[in-house]
Amino acid sequence: MQDILKLLADIVGPQFVSDSPEEKLIYAMDPGTMPPCEPDIVVMPGSTEEVQKIVQTANTHAVPVVPLGAGLVLSGLSRPLKGGIVLDMKRMNQILEINEISRYALVEAGTSQGMLQAYLQKHFPNLKHSAPDAPPAATVAGNVSIHGSGHLSHAGGFHSDMLNGLEVVLPTGELVRIGSCATSPYWFARAPLPDLSGLFLGWAGTTGVITKLAIKLYPSYPLNDVGVFVCEDASLMPDILYRITGAQMAEDVTAWMTPKPDWAASFLHCNVNYGARTPKELLWKRNLIRASVEKYINEKTGGFLPLPSMMKNRFLEVPARQLSLFADVRKGGGFEYVGAIMPVELFPQAYDLGLDVSDSVGVNYSMGCRIIGVNHCMMFFYAYAFNRADPRDVDRAQAALEKTNRQVVDMGGIPWKAEAPAQKEIIRKMDPNMFALMGRLRSTLDPNGIMNPGNWEEG
Amino acid sequence: MKYAEILHRCFRCGYCKLPGNYIDFNCPAYAAFRFETYSPGGRMWLLRAWQNQEIQPSKRFQEILFSCTACGNCVEQCALPKIKDQLLLAFTAGKEELVVSGRVPPAVRDCLTQWQKYGNPYGLARKKRTDWTAGTDVQPFSDQEYLFFPGDVGAFDSRGQEIARSVVSLLKDLGLSFGILGNQEVSDGNEANAMGEQDLFCLLAQENIAHFKKLNVKKIITLSPHGFNALKNDYPALGGVYEVFHYSQIVAAHMAKLSHRHSCPDVRVTIHDPCYLGRHNGEYQSIRNILTVLPGVEIREMDRTLQNALCCGGGGGNLYTDILGHAPESPTRDRVIEAQNTGADILAVTCPTCAIMLGEAVKSLNMDRRLQVLEISEIINSRIEPRYHHLPDE
Repeated sequence: MQDILKLLADIVGPQFVSDSPEEKLIYAMDPGTMPPCEPDIVVMPGSTEEVQKIVQTANTHAVPVVPLGAGLVLSGLSRPLKGGIVLDMKRMNQILEINEISRYALVEAGTSQGMLQAYLQKHFPNLKHSAPDAPPAATVAGNVSIHGSGHLSHAGGFHSDMLNGLEVVLPTGELVRIGSCATSPYWFARAPLPDLSGLFLGWAGTTGVITKLAIKLYPSYPLNDVGVFVCEDASLMPDILYRITGAQMAEDVTAWMTPKPDWAASFLHCNVNYGARTPKELLWKRNLIRASVEKYINEKTGGFLPLPSMMKNRFLEVPARQLSLFADVRKGGGFEYVGAIMPVELFPQAYDLGLDVSDSVGVNYSMGCRIIGVNHCMMFFYAYAFNRADPRDVDRAQAALEKTNRQVVDMGGIPWKAEAPAQKEIIRKMDPNMFALMGRLRSTLDPNGIMNPGNWEEG
Repeated sequence: MKYAEILHRCFRCGYCKLPGNYIDFNCPAYAAFRFETYSPGGRMWLLRAWQNQEIQPSKRFQEILFSCTACGNCVEQCALPKIKDQLLLAFTAGKEELVVSGRVPPAVRDCLTQWQKYGNPYGLARKKRTDWTAGTDVQPFSDQEYLFFPGDVGAFDSRGQEIARSVVSLLKDLGLSFGILGNQEVSDGNEANAMGEQDLFCLLAQENIAHFKKLNVKKIITLSPHGFNALKNDYPALGGVYEVFHYSQIVAAHMAKLSHRHSCPDVRVTIHDPCYLGRHNGEYQSIRNILTVLPGVEIREMDRTLQNALCCGGGGGNLYTDILGHAPESPTRDRVIEAQNTGADILAVTCPTCAIMLGEAVKSLNMDRRLQVLEISEIINSRIEPRYHHLPDE
């Protein structure tokens, strides 16, 4: 590895490569429950050309390469399961272009959500991107590549649906552009060409290294509001969500269920975030959203909560800083969640599953979901806090996560950004021909099997 | 190790790396080195690993800890209210463990040795502490209203000396009654404290306190925000309780006494908030009040301003050890570029350390013709009549 360290230092400069115990320790893990896997080397490229050279070097020496954004996936996807090189992409964080008229942003892969958000607020206040609930240090590319979702997912779907194009370094070192940018100087869409972006989305970094990407931008409204609809019956939630999303007035529709604070216990809450250019438009949208669930309001089976302004502001904050507080619930600096992608009609079963698992491991339930598209599906999450300093507590959270993953798959859902054990649960249910095709594609793209090995593998 | 009980509670969510508006990285060490290990969260996890004997305190580990400038951005931005106030204390405790066991970078060792031998980090004789007063008529403190405390940078660094002279000239123009300790003064100890040398800090502070007591000092004006922080917040625990002011607060309170020139060219000024005035002590307004009432001055704020200000990189002893200076991507250079991007002609500072750090960055980037780094009294002095006109006794 010393030879490779030297070769990498020649590529990026000695200050941006390390095999020190300190970097090996920190890059071996993420904030979730997965056990550490040490890299041999951590390297921080500053350009696409450097990424190409690194990948070529890794290929020559058959050394694994694991691309890393902010390392906030929580499910350990960027741990180098078989050692090798961790490619920390955060030096490549330039915002290269904002196309105001066609509403897209072209950024380098290490650009953080927060940086893009701040840049748009300063230079293009009429535009915004769909930011996930992850902290602002999370990268745009990382979230798109795992099929993330965010504050405009009701309007625009998964963040991968908002992708206009990619620049990717293939596992063999060649550079490829995908989408309109392959034939045009503009990064406006993936259509009408054959859509090869799917080769790099949801693969957990096993098929290449994204170096640039363009994502769709959306109007940013000067006026924003949120309504919180509550009911007590989970079986009503699919219809409630169907009605609210059918109004197509909101930007983001999310549900949350937790017994703390006390006033929230046993209720199911549905946040409906929307924006407008004028007070009149805002009122109009509010009325239409309200009208969509009037049936339940009239029946007294549900209604909108009056919200104190402090709470309203918290619900409108993007990203929501308070979500990080969950890591301190057990005074232990950790939480991880199963985010299950599933159809909305499974909401009641998904809810019962959360109650059941939480009860079985003896913790308070903390669940919710984000609606993707116009009720096309949802990301239903089950969050488990743990105390990092207590191995038994970490094991307990891990057991809860595993149980949840297994039952989600059995229910017909699919764990999102699945860690290696959960990937195996998915593979267990997957059409064998799809899995075989994945293997053929991987071996074609990555003949030496260097890209994040250990992921999407059987056994 | 002190504060070991909070180390595992850091989630490494990364808010600590950024300013409140997320526009860019705002932890100087992380911005400089870019490895996760240099971020506040990385430091927390490394300290925990060290406590659990999973890693040794290697040279790199030492460098990671001592690259922290104690700027307080992590404390400001941390998303966990129950531990955020203890982050810097934990880092300092880690440094203290290293200092006690003698495992520190050579530059830190040398710096601490100078302090112990000479009472200052420059390794200069105590009798040279008053060299900066040449050409001024600053008197030793006897029964004046204020003691002026120039600190190490004001006393020994050539740029710091310029600033000290400029400030006392302005204080005199304002008609204030003040004197200095002179050669009896020793370092305020703020940086020694931030570097984990708490015993040394206590020795230095106690020596100053003894002199203050002997001279019956009640009110102190500090040149440096670092000294301001130590004297205001740390000396009381050692029995040194005074009314402590940073000079910018005193100047702001007396601005109405000044007679402004009417022929000064218009200038655009951007403000760099020093960490030990701003984040550590919540003082943001004095410099803005001063600049607001100066005719011909237009204030242009940077994106990272007030609580979100990017540190100049000189805190935590880095002015002397230059650990950050070896980093590939300098936050100091980043800061002056940010200042220039506002369109400002002048980058205004109220801290001699910031003036030195940022001034050197401007020179290294050949930006001197486009951006001047000026301490606030220098800006005022260039825009007022040379003598104070409205004192009743004149």
